[in-house]
Amino acid sequence: MRVTIKYFASIREAIGRASEQRETAATSLAGLRDELLAAGPAYACLGRGRAVRMALGQMMSDESALLAPDSEVAFFPPVTGG
Amino acid sequence: MAGRVSIQTEDFNLAVEVQALRKDDKRVGAVCTFTGTVRDRNDGLNVSSMELEHYPGMTEKAIEAMIDDALNRFDIFGVRVVHRVGLLQPLDQVVMVAVTSAHRGESFRACEFLMDYLKTQAPFWKKEQTPEGARWVDARVTDDAALAKWGIELKNS
Repeated sequence: MRVTIKYFASIREAIGRASEQRETAATSLAGLRDELLAAGPAYACLGRGRAVRMALGQMMSDESALLAPDSEVAFFPPVTGG
Repeated sequence: MAGRVSIQTEDFNLAVEVQALRKDDKRVGAVCTFTGTVRDRNDGLNVSSMELEHYPGMTEKAIEAMIDDALNRFDIFGVRVVHRVGLLQPLDQVVMVAVTSAHRGESFRACEFLMDYLKTQAPFWKKEQTPEGARWVDARVTDDAALAKWGIELKNS
C-alpha cells in the first residue's frame, strides 16, 4: 500500500527531505521503520536506540500502530515546544 | 472570533486575548494566564535566536484534545492557547495559555496542566543559534515528570 511519511526537525535534516510517498509492504509503524532503516544510510537517524517519536494519522502513536492505505505517518525527535 | 488554538508567526497581545476570552461571561471570577518567552541563555550557552518548527494540522489537533481533557478535569469555562512559530529572538513571546473559571484554584491548575501537557505532547521543535553554531533543543526528563503528576504517563524525552 501507499503511505505518506513526514519528517520533522533533526530527523528531517538528517534524511534530507520533509516528506515522501512510499509503497510499503509493512503493516505497522515498526515494520515501516525497519523498511526505511534498510533503505539507506540517510535513515540511520531512525535506528532503534535513537530518540524517535511517531505519529499515525496525526496522533502520537507507538510502533505497534497499524498502517492503512494512504496513512499519514510522521517520524520526529522528542518535542520541545512551549 | 478566534478559535481556542492559534499557531502563528505574529506576536500576540495577552490583554486582547484575555478580553476576548472573558467577553461578557459573568460567571468568570478568575483568569489565569501563562506566557513563555525566549531566554538569551540555555544549557550553558548564549542564545541569539530561536527557530520554532511545528507539524501543521497535528499540532492544532493535539492542543485541541488537551483543552478538551482540561475541560473534563477542571471546573473551568474557557481556554485560549496561542503558540508562535518561525524565527524568534530573546525577549520575544513564544506561547500563552489563558483559562477562565469561577474561582482561582481551578484556573491555576488547568493552566499548569495545559502547559505541562503542551511541553511534552504538542509537536513543536526548537532550534537555537549559539556561538558554537545551531543546535536542536533537547527534551527534558523533568517535563515528562511534570506531566506524570497529573496521572498521565507518556514518555517524550
